[in-house]
Amino acid sequence: MDLPIYLDNNATTPMDPRVLDAMLPYFNAKFGNAASRNHAFGWAAEEGVDYAREQVAKLIGANEKEIIFTSGATESDNLAIKGVFEMYKDKGNHIVTCVTEHKAVIDACKHVEKLGGEVTYLGVKSDGLIDLAELEAAMTEKTILVAIMYGNNEIGVIQPVREISAIAHKHGALFMTDAVQAVGKIPVDVNADGIDLMAFTGHKMYGPKGVGALYVRRKNPRVKVTAQMDGGGHERGMRSGTLNVPGIVGLGKAAELCRLEMDDEAKRLSKLRDKLQIELTVLEESYVNGNTDHRLPHVANISFKYVEGEGLMMAMKDLAVSSGSACTSASLEPSYVLKSLGLSDDLAHSSIRFGLGRFTTDEEVDFAIKQTLKAVNHLRDLSPLWEMFKEGIDLDKIEWAEH
Amino acid sequence: MAYSEKVIDHYTHPRNVGTLDKSSTKVGTGLVGAPECGDVMRLQIEVDENHMITDAKFKTFGCGSAIASSSLATEWLKGKSIDDAMKIDNMDIVEELALPPVKIHCSVLAEDAIKAAINDYRVKNGLEALASAKSHH
Repeated sequence: MDLPIYLDNNATTPMDPRVLDAMLPYFNAKFGNAASRNHAFGWAAEEGVDYAREQVAKLIGANEKEIIFTSGATESDNLAIKGVFEMYKDKGNHIVTCVTEHKAVIDACKHVEKLGGEVTYLGVKSDGLIDLAELEAAMTEKTILVAIMYGNNEIGVIQPVREISAIAHKHGALFMTDAVQAVGKIPVDVNADGIDLMAFTGHKMYGPKGVGALYVRRKNPRVKVTAQMDGGGHERGMRSGTLNVPGIVGLGKAAELCRLEMDDEAKRLSKLRDKLQIELTVLEESYVNGNTDHRLPHVANISFKYVEGEGLMMAMKDLAVSSGSACTSASLEPSYVLKSLGLSDDLAHSSIRFGLGRFTTDEEVDFAIKQTLKAVNHLRDLSPLWEMFKEGIDLDKIEWAEH
Repeated sequence: MAYSEKVIDHYTHPRNVGTLDKSSTKVGTGLVGAPECGDVMRLQIEVDENHMITDAKFKTFGCGSAIASSSLATEWLKGKSIDDAMKIDNMDIVEELALPPVKIHCSVLAEDAIKAAINDYRVKNGLEALASAKSHH
């Protein structure tokens, strides 16, 4: 077992060696421009892109013509939101999204607001899921888009996508989802789920960084987005720029592997994740954040009360995890996602996200459990809050000097 | 962000972790910070009749730099008079631990904790509290 152990697979995943093997020829022998239609070099590149497009489409139950390759999910989110806003502005100017979205969605919506758009940011319930009645109530005649993520990156909760899309469609709006954490991890089917636009990326599914895709529905209804980059009119005019052929081939291979292996992998990972969660929540005053019934198989976000996340991560020095604490940021603001669940700041500061992945082994999880237990206990021995808690002092009654 | 060796040393082997009897007139306690901000330090000193600090203990909820800052503070406090201890400046801690700019607040908190502990002792023993807080809040 090599140290440190990587348990931050929601941040990025290591590339599967089979993906790298598929990509390599496209860096040298098959270097052609996929848009070169009149020689063998171009054809070879195009062939690679076509196969990849087919694999990506298959993974999500789409037609390959509905896949627009981009540089990643941030670009896909931007293209979807700004592109829909521009394309459908005669129809309306209202977008509904939610407060736990990724910054790429929230900030694209903020941008749209500056252009005269109106955006409703739905809150979430304490389990991290949106309230469908609230969504229903937010819909207006001017709503053109509902943008709600599939699986959350921090706590892993899966939103009720089918119910959300049904509400959007009932009101004549499109449904867009940032499915970065879900695609390749759980079954996602654009038709069954009623998805009109969907953003995802290679590096969260064991593919390369710098390549992603936007699914854009072609039928029932035919969806269009205004290009956000002008140029040669690639990708059906929606995303200009010479195709990143090795990256796209890698994304395709990654999608193929996910489709073939996802079911077994999800079962294995959820078992490991559950083991980790059960053994860590044996600790007093530890809490799992977010809905545990509707959750991605490989994520557990746990708060260990009375210890601070960043200090904790330092004690878990052989584990690469992340924390909702933001002690390094000048603002000292903890995770906005955890706060929107109604978690107090101190619990948000005390959270650790464990993100398992394809290459996580049983042995590694056992080691992670041991080291985490040891670290939490070590820090609690150092924690004045833990001591006060043990003495029965109500910490909420103390007048803290906020700094 | 990489931590300096000294931070790691204090974090891994914190000096003077513990609790003194806060009801004793010889003991001064400083509790600063707030759980919401991700940092709470409790620093305690035991002072003899000559106003010399004979013992110091801490407990800290916070990041590695906060723990290291308070651990270092307890080391510096022992053997100092309360007047000299009042002169410990947060920038001395920053320098000693090579704290990066985003962690300077940890040293400020440690300085606050020192001053709060000294003032607690002073008030308990009929001395006036000294103006301490820098204008960083």
